[in-house]
Amino acid sequence: MQKLVLTEEQQMLKDAARGLFSEQAPVSQLRKLRDEKDALGYVPEFWNQAVELGLAGTLIPESHGGSEFGHVGMGQVMEEGGRTLAASPLFASGVLGACALMLAGNDSQKDILKGIADGSHLVALAIDEAGRHQPFRVATKAEVQGEGFVLNGRKTFVVDGHIANTLIVSARTSGGERDESGITLFLVDPKAEGVSVERTTFPDGRNYAKVTLENVAVSADAVLGNKDQAASPLQKLLDIGSAHLAAELLGLSSEAFDRAVAYMKERKQFGVYISSFQALQHRAAHMWSELEQLKSMVLKAFMALDANDDQASMLASAAKAKASQVAELVTNEGVQLHGGMGMTDEFDIGLFMKRARPVQLMLGDFRYHADRVASFKGF
Amino acid sequence: MTDLETFRQETRAWLEENCPQSMRSPFKSDKDACWGGRNFQFQSDDQRLWLERMAEKGWTAPDWPTEYGGGGLSRDEHKVLLEEMSRIQARPPLNSFGIWMIGPAILKFGSEALKQQHLPPIVRGEIRWCQGYSEPGAGSDLAGLQTKAEDKGDHFIVNGQKIWTSYADKADWMFALVRTNPDVKKQEGISLVLFDMETPGVSTRPIKLISGESPFCETFLDNVRVEKDQVVGDVDKGWTIAKYLLTHERSMIGNMGSTAAGQKTLAELAVDGVGLEDGKLADPMLRTEVASWVIDSIGYELTAERARDEAKSGQGVGNVSAMLKYAGTELNKRRYELLVAAYGSEGLLWEGDDRPAGALPQQWLRTKGNSIEGGTTEVQLNIIAKNILGLG
Ligand SMILES: Cc1cc2nc3c(=O)[nH]c(=O)nc-3n(C[C@H](O)[C@H](O)[C@H](O)COP(=O)(O)OP(=O)(O)OC[C@H]3O[C@@H](n4cnc5c(N)ncnc54)[C@H](O)[C@@H]3O)c2cc1C
Ligand SMILES: Cc1cc2nc3c(=O)[nH]c(=O)nc-3n(C[C@H](O)[C@H](O)[C@H](O)COP(=O)(O)OP(=O)(O)OC[C@H]3O[C@@H](n4cnc5c(N)ncnc54)[C@H](O)[C@@H]3O)c2cc1C
Repeated sequence: MQKLVLTEEQQMLKDAARGLFSEQAPVSQLRKLRDEKDALGYVPEFWNQAVELGLAGTLIPESHGGSEFGHVGMGQVMEEGGRTLAASPLFASGVLGACALMLAGNDSQKDILKGIADGSHLVALAIDEAGRHQPFRVATKAEVQGEGFVLNGRKTFVVDGHIANTLIVSARTSGGERDESGITLFLVDPKAEGVSVERTTFPDGRNYAKVTLENVAVSADAVLGNKDQAASPLQKLLDIGSAHLAAELLGLSSEAFDRAVAYMKERKQFGVYISSFQALQHRAAHMWSELEQLKSMVLKAFMALDANDDQASMLASAAKAKASQVAELVTNEGVQLHGGMGMTDEFDIGLFMKRARPVQLMLGDFRYHADRVASFKGF
Repeated sequence: MTDLETFRQETRAWLEENCPQSMRSPFKSDKDACWGGRNFQFQSDDQRLWLERMAEKGWTAPDWPTEYGGGGLSRDEHKVLLEEMSRIQARPPLNSFGIWMIGPAILKFGSEALKQQHLPPIVRGEIRWCQGYSEPGAGSDLAGLQTKAEDKGDHFIVNGQKIWTSYADKADWMFALVRTNPDVKKQEGISLVLFDMETPGVSTRPIKLISGESPFCETFLDNVRVEKDQVVGDVDKGWTIAKYLLTHERSMIGNMGSTAAGQKTLAELAVDGVGLEDGKLADPMLRTEVASWVIDSIGYELTAERARDEAKSGQGVGNVSAMLKYAGTELNKRRYELLVAAYGSEGLLWEGDDRPAGALPQQWLRTKGNSIEGGTTEVQLNIIAKNILGLG
């Protein structure tokens, strides 16, 4: 019976991450990146510091340059990053990229892990083709050509796609558009001929790309895992990604909540602090309860992933579903409790809401994951 | 094999041998519960046997010290026992306000004499207790209670009225909050006293509830003599103990958010009611609502677990009992609303032995009290806002 508490090492990592994010990547940094329409979308000096602290390699085995600290550990980093809305390739590369290679890569493909851990090599996952997450609905085609394949299709909502050194692309090698079998993952060089990567902007000021593949030729070595059989490792990867996004939502919601509570204690109306109004107190108390419950779910999901528990997928989906609901509640209330100030760009509180929505949608929102939980539970 | 595994093996074997077959199924109605006490009518020999055997091992109060008849189990052993009981769907041998409420308070605050006198009969299910807290004028504002206890040297004379006293008409003893000092701040003049319900001057009158049942009473206290050695803790210092006890009560009521051992889950019941189509609950809107409930209940259960783990490792926020009480009871109310929806009009059949959902209408109505008893939802939210968030 593993206890639902952090170990001392995990707590130390969390504290270190919090220190780094609050000092080197405060909310003002994201604001500046957004205002200046920064070409990279993150601050390399900060990324280097994160790498130096070992954050990019948290999930990667020591043999490949990482610290193998597990999902609970990386989850603490994601949560703390959520608190300051820190912009970095950590999730795209250090979570999705690293885990994709670890789950499906062969030995030579796994060499990329070293570059992920030392921050020099960035990876992005190109899965979605429509606005709502449907990972097994793949129209992008990979047709055999000589020893290799030729890829045609369009991907959207590719997190940090425009800065990636390697794209991991799902494409159909057999079967119909909605079949789970017949999907294959490919490692694609974004500089290869026929690949175009267009950066798109979102309310959160972060990086997403549309990727178009037009007759892109790749060699047989580019296949990640087994041909036609990507569904199973991909699902595992998405479970992992969902849990880490739930952690980010937990972090950003906790921060939005703390800020709203702090504002209630400094804003006076009717001659008193608005924190004295019971109508607001109860809403705050409710949010706190929801956040505490989310925290338990996120921690449990990570522990289950680390233990390869057979409930891990269900728990990851439950955590992402709950995180999406709680983030929506808390970021909406955060703005509301700030009154008119909440509507201003000058106040940070709105930034939390604008980050929350894309993260809620990423790898499936409440509805997507609630549906999965129901299926896992047999109804 | 670890000690815990050995304990599990032994427990499993013991339960196999000692738990009567008829005690291995979920309660069909509240009437199947065993409450013990002087006047309790056992429903069957098995029910009596099951209580006696469990009490013999101290497993009616598994985590109490053995010197007072308890099981002396560690937290992990206790968990194993519950798991093993739920494995064979063993019924709880005893429902008891003694075990849930006054026992822990006596253990923590009571004199040695009180422990010796009261704890063993509680474990054995011989004495049934009721809780005399609420009064007509003191519900949420419990500290405003008026029942007064006059000091007569070696005893008190108590006068006043209690209300909503669950099972007062069936209980043998009452633990009650009384005002021993009217001249100080309201919280500082309260004592927690124990007395036999057969003491002259104690009378009860049942109150009928919206479910049609009468589980609780008005209790009248008319010149009731209470011995001074029946005060738990110090005179005038009962408020702290009362609050400690309320925390226990809250976690117990909050537990209703969990699905009890052997009880069918909401999802299973919804499938019974509505059926599956292509492996999915046939009503898609209901499916969404049930899924949402299931997700919230996972969050609740894990938080209760985390709170226990944190308490054990000395971390975490206190006062989580308020949050668990709030979340657990609201969850339980939602569960019953969804059950009523899943069975539709058939689920609301009020009488009859062959109703598809049994006594669902009565149970559904009973859950409405969950967010009132033991401190209302609003009072829990006040506690969180003030004590944890510092809002005021
Ligand atoms: C888009 C927009 C357009 C606007 N246009 C105009 C305009 O043209 N002209 C103009 O004069 N004003 C305008 N306003 C201002 C608007 O009327 C105020 O923002 C509004 O009255 C709230 O006041 P506040 O912002 O000071 O919030 P506060 O009063 O500080 O409220 C902060 C929070 O406390 C809550 N609160 C406050 N008092 C209580 C209480 N007694 N009980 C419970 N909760 C309480 C509020 O509901 C809110 O959630 C506009 C605002 C917005 C957002
Ligand atoms: C099923 C059941 C079993 C019970 N068993 C027992 C028992 O065995 N022994 C016993 O002593 N008592 C028992 N009670 C009584 C219970 O503890 C009280 O009902 C409860 O404390 C609420 O008090 P009240 O009924 O006087 O409601 P009130 O205090 O009058 O509350 C009425 C409404 O006002 C709200 N309210 C009150 N104060 C505030 C505030 N400060 N802020 C916001 N809202 C507020 C409440 O939340 C509630 O919605 C039982 C109650 C029930 C329903």
